[in-house]
Amino acid sequence: MRFLFDSDTWQEIYGSIRKNKVRTGITIIGVLWGIFLLVVLLGAARGMENGFKKLFGDFATNSVFVWTQATDTPFKGFQKGRRFTLNTNDIEVLKSQYSKEIKLLAPRNQTNNLITHNFKSGSFKVSGDYPILDQIQKKKLIYGRFLNENDILSTAKVTVISEDMYKQLFNKGTMPIGEYIKINAINYKVIGVYEPSSTINFDGDCAYIPFSTFKKVYNTANKIDWMMITANEGTDIAQMESDILLTLKSLHKVHPEDKRAFGSVNLGKEIGKVTGFLTGMQFLTWFVGIATLIAGVFAIGNILLITVKERTKEIGIRRALGATPKSIKQQIILESVFLTTIAGMLGIVFGGLTLFIIDLKFGQGVDAALVNPTVNIPIILIALVVLIILGTLIGLIPAHMATVIKPIEALREE
Amino acid sequence: MIKIEKLHKSYPIGKDSLHVLKGIDLHIKEGEFVAIMGSSGSGKSTLLNIVGLLDEHDEGDYYLNGQLIKNLNEKKAAILRNKFLGFVFQSFNLISYKTALENVALPLYYKGMKRKERLQIALDYLEKVGLKDWANHLPNELSGGQKQRVAIARALVTKPKVVLADEPTGALDSTTTDSVIDLLKDINEEGMTVFVITHEEEVAAQTKRIVRLKDGVIISDELTKSKK
Ligand SMILES: Nc1ncnc2c1ncn2[C@@H]1O[C@H](COP(=O)(O)OP(=O)(O)OP(=O)(O)O)[C@@H](O)[C@H]1O
Ligand SMILES: [Mg+2]
Repeated sequence: MRFLFDSDTWQEIYGSIRKNKVRTGITIIGVLWGIFLLVVLLGAARGMENGFKKLFGDFATNSVFVWTQATDTPFKGFQKGRRFTLNTNDIEVLKSQYSKEIKLLAPRNQTNNLITHNFKSGSFKVSGDYPILDQIQKKKLIYGRFLNENDILSTAKVTVISEDMYKQLFNKGTMPIGEYIKINAINYKVIGVYEPSSTINFDGDCAYIPFSTFKKVYNTANKIDWMMITANEGTDIAQMESDILLTLKSLHKVHPEDKRAFGSVNLGKEIGKVTGFLTGMQFLTWFVGIATLIAGVFAIGNILLITVKERTKEIGIRRALGATPKSIKQQIILESVFLTTIAGMLGIVFGGLTLFIIDLKFGQGVDAALVNPTVNIPIILIALVVLIILGTLIGLIPAHMATVIKPIEALREE
Repeated sequence: MIKIEKLHKSYPIGKDSLHVLKGIDLHIKEGEFVAIMGSSGSGKSTLLNIVGLLDEHDEGDYYLNGQLIKNLNEKKAAILRNKFLGFVFQSFNLISYKTALENVALPLYYKGMKRKERLQIALDYLEKVGLKDWANHLPNELSGGQKQRVAIARALVTKPKVVLADEPTGALDSTTTDSVIDLLKDINEEGMTVFVITHEEEVAAQTKRIVRLKDGVIISDELTKSKK
């Protein structure tokens, strides 16, 4: 390995690289393009993935939503088309029966009301919720706080409103926290203002009030409109969804095969479709990337082969002057490793710059197509190392060829 | 220095083989200045290449500096070439992208000598062949005679025991031929063995011994008048 630190070795390499500018250029471009493509593709794929993640970002991705509709099958003396509602009893049953699977269960009641503050007003959704809603669908608060357990227990007349509602109902610059707004002519104290979610949003502009308060004010008794359920880690969500629906069907005397009685959305399943697409993308990226790299390696090998052929005479001269096969091989291989490394690093730099520009162009703002398009440095370094190793191995072929022929045959070459 | 006994060499040509050297016996002592002559295709280059370890013989014995050359691997051959032999070719064979100085220094690189030291020695040798001022020129900036003198400096730089020259003046005009021959004579004067192939009687006449080849055998081997 001492030859690596010998300035003469590098002098020799510098000399031959400078001499063979075209070859050097082609090799560098070949490898540079491979690594560049890999970096940009991986980065773009990552950016898309991040974009999708952000889209679902505020939501717990393992959630199931359940609500009731009308039955489509007569059962136990009931006609088809019967309407019914979920109730608090269902919640208790599900919680105890699926204590292992269910992580959070948030029953919800919603309605639309006129909301006024001084002389400003608007019609908005009003939602009775539990504090755990914040864990299922993260609320980013600009002012104040979200509902808490105390608000539920004390059936407090408090509300958390959206930023748009705040703008519509309040004068610019007024502090909303502690102010009172009228929902359906009843006073509620504003305790928080949240930023609207840029992504999936079921609620829109909605005034959140404690579930217990909603129940009292709107006299809903045990009735609930719908529920959000999140699963524990490792639970088969699709299985949980169908199990829960079956339980609910039996609780509400609905035919087990009834397709319409309950509506449900399994967010995990929806995301799964997108994830499948992303996996495909990633596979494609790797496929293209690896194919490009292999092509790059062959390009190096091929160019080395041409080089060695072109330089057969020079190699013959060197051998006549006392160059051992080892020193010839060392030089050819070191040259290839050196070129590959330089080209690879340039590829990484250009790829990085391109990703940076892509990020500036497409990665800004809330509805960006790509979010944070980055690549794993270790992955790229591994790719580079693999490229160098393969380049070296393939470089061994022409290096070997350069030394198996007799020096006189090499010298005879024109 | 060089001892050859019953040396045979054939080149395979398709299924047949061309018998080029047909039992050569030749003994060259240290300090001799030998010219090989003979018509084209008589096997002169073949003999010189075998002597120079650039090619292998088929039969017979070859001793270089007392060492029997047999089944030599490339590494050992390279080391022997570097240590004992210096080559001068008809077509100069300088490396085109290296300066005269770097070309001359190259054998010392393979000897493992430090850069500064070898460039100094190379410069001394360039001075010796009268090309000190051309040290930093590339070969294509030099005339044929100058190129051949650079090549001679390169052959000498490792202080070899034997200098092998295959038609060193073949590509030169008569004036430059004389300067190259004078150089070879000087080298020989210093005690180096010089072994040169030539077609020109005037060149051969200035050596001390002429060996004539015909169809792969030695037909005459005599000392010249210049040999006192
Ligand atoms: N590599 C080879 N393969 C086949 N035949 C060869 C090879 N090298 C030389 N020969 C043949 O061997 C014979 C002797 O060649 P050689 O080069 O030794 O001749 P030479 O005496 O040096 O001639 P010249 O004066 O033209 O240089 C020739 O007939 C040539 O064609
Ligand atoms: Mg010849």
